[in-house]
Amino acid sequence: MGLLGRVSQEQIVFGLALLLCLAFAVALPGFLTTDNLLNLVRSVSILGILGVAMGLVVIGRGIDLSLVALMSASVAWVLSLVEIGMPLPQALAIGLTFSLLVGVANGWLVAFVEMPAIFATLAMGTLIYGFGRYYLFALDVVYVPEAARHLLWLGQGRLLGVPVPIFLFAAVCIAGQLFLRYTKSGRYLRAVGDNILAARITGIPARPVIVLQYVLSSLIGYVAGIVTAASVASMNTRLAISTYVYDVILVVVLGGIGLSGGKGGIRNVIVGTLLIGVLLNGMTIMNIQYTVQNVIKGVILLTAIVIDTILNPRDEQTGQQGDI
Amino acid sequence: MRMISKGIMAMTLALLSGSAFAQGIDDPTRAPYYESFKGKRVAYVPVAMGFDLTEGWAAGLKEALEPLGVKFEIRDPNWSTDAGAQAITSLISEKPDVIVVHNPDVQSYARLLKKAEEAGIYVVQVNMRSSYSTDVFVGVDYVGMGEQIANRLVDRCSPEKGGSGKIAIVQGVLTAAASIYQMQGINNVLSKHPEMQLVSDQAADWDSSKAKNITATVIQQHPDICGIAGFWDVMDAGTAAAIKESGRNIYLLTQGGGNRMACDGLANGTYSEVVIYFVPGQARDMATMIKHLLQLKQPAGTTKTTLFTPLAFVTKDNMTAASCWDLPAKN
Repeated sequence: MGLLGRVSQEQIVFGLALLLCLAFAVALPGFLTTDNLLNLVRSVSILGILGVAMGLVVIGRGIDLSLVALMSASVAWVLSLVEIGMPLPQALAIGLTFSLLVGVANGWLVAFVEMPAIFATLAMGTLIYGFGRYYLFALDVVYVPEAARHLLWLGQGRLLGVPVPIFLFAAVCIAGQLFLRYTKSGRYLRAVGDNILAARITGIPARPVIVLQYVLSSLIGYVAGIVTAASVASMNTRLAISTYVYDVILVVVLGGIGLSGGKGGIRNVIVGTLLIGVLLNGMTIMNIQYTVQNVIKGVILLTAIVIDTILNPRDEQTGQQGDI
Repeated sequence: MRMISKGIMAMTLALLSGSAFAQGIDDPTRAPYYESFKGKRVAYVPVAMGFDLTEGWAAGLKEALEPLGVKFEIRDPNWSTDAGAQAITSLISEKPDVIVVHNPDVQSYARLLKKAEEAGIYVVQVNMRSSYSTDVFVGVDYVGMGEQIANRLVDRCSPEKGGSGKIAIVQGVLTAAASIYQMQGINNVLSKHPEMQLVSDQAADWDSSKAKNITATVIQQHPDICGIAGFWDVMDAGTAAAIKESGRNIYLLTQGGGNRMACDGLANGTYSEVVIYFVPGQARDMATMIKHLLQLKQPAGTTKTTLFTPLAFVTKDNMTAASCWDLPAKN
């Protein structure tokens, strides 16, 4: 492998994104303008925020398939509550509480009941969507009512000429990075993800840390949900049963956060998000239909995983029991 | 005085006896009319419940059929074509009298609908048709609608009228009847107008976030774009958000079943114009056709009737309180 052996997946993906950028810049007039680049980042900033949420869980060696379902159900509920006359702050608080409670439930199932994360959160996602559809909101698409008009700024406004969602994406990234790097819980999270048994022996409270990671992902997911609703003035709860959550996983895995846990950081999420953003933007400019776009996205994900497997082969040391 | 009151009494008696005589005659169609609906079952398979169109149709059908003693049931596949196909398959063996189908695309249910008719079940298709024609289709003439929409855009945007001639389309799902036939209509018109330039015709999967991202990029690439036609008002909330963010004056022509939200969108400037196919009207058309079939009692598949829904091009200026309808409150 020589030189290549020291190249991480993150660097490969970043290189790929730059290469694509260059190609598009040469081939597509109007790609390399400030406006288009801002638009590019804006269009993937929600995906990026969700990527941070998923990234934290994956670093802790879990996975949260209920992320998108929870975000759409809780925000749709908030909007319906405002519509029937509840003040916005109160509705937001209720939605947040609901989100966090579901996060705790997820964490409890994984940490204490010791269910595999993939099944616990998959079931939770279905449960939340069904529950929401039946009890919390009447229609699939819930509109932002007049009383919640201020929210729209979060999704459609601009600050210093830059769309607000980009700032929010940046803020979530910085918070995530600070958490992972400088807080005790953040370091515990990585330790638990890397090797839960060793972490436990050294005295790290493994189970509470696992609960924490799901609570964090619910919290960040809730923020992403609010931005989603604000950006299109409605919440489409069908997202819950779409493949959106796999796009989020794609961003995380593509960026180089290994599904076996303990590896990677927020930077990986950013890199993965940017590559997807560049791809989608370029393909939309070229007027490629989204079905074909999906094919291309899938091929790129597979390629990234293949390259990762070749460069970082699994061996007795890295291969862990229960890998997904 | 007495004479007069006696006269009145006599007249009243005469009238009463007359009405007694009228009671002896029955409306000859009344009994068979009610008889033909007793114990009948109508099953409804939309692509999903939970949005204005399908909820509106269900409410309308229920209101029209249940008082007659028809059992109305909903099988909700919730956007899954597989689940929908399964629902129809099991319905074929359960043998309701009528199946009302809302097709997710032109192919998926075609063979099943044929089977259902062969099993003696009347099949009514609504709004999005399958490639297989059944007893009844109630819905929009999408080719015609596409032509009208394209003409409208030519009107607004052709260089002769001072526009840039650049237009874009935001489709739903490429394989849905609403998209295929409508694009056909749009292309029919645009082929006669070489001065018009269709810069993008992406599909947004009926999703407002995708619509927003696509539109934002399209506007970015073609800042002088003049008009955008979207294929569904619910999805085009996203298209509208992108237009609003760009700060440009772009004519957004969308379409939908005329739920209250469409008129709200016109009033607050989200949409420039909405083509409305009035959902309660469609529900009534379906109910009428179902009543017709159940009374005629011919074998399923004998006749093929198409009822195209009249279209209303509604703008802020010609909008009235009756242009849109409200969903009945959930009980």
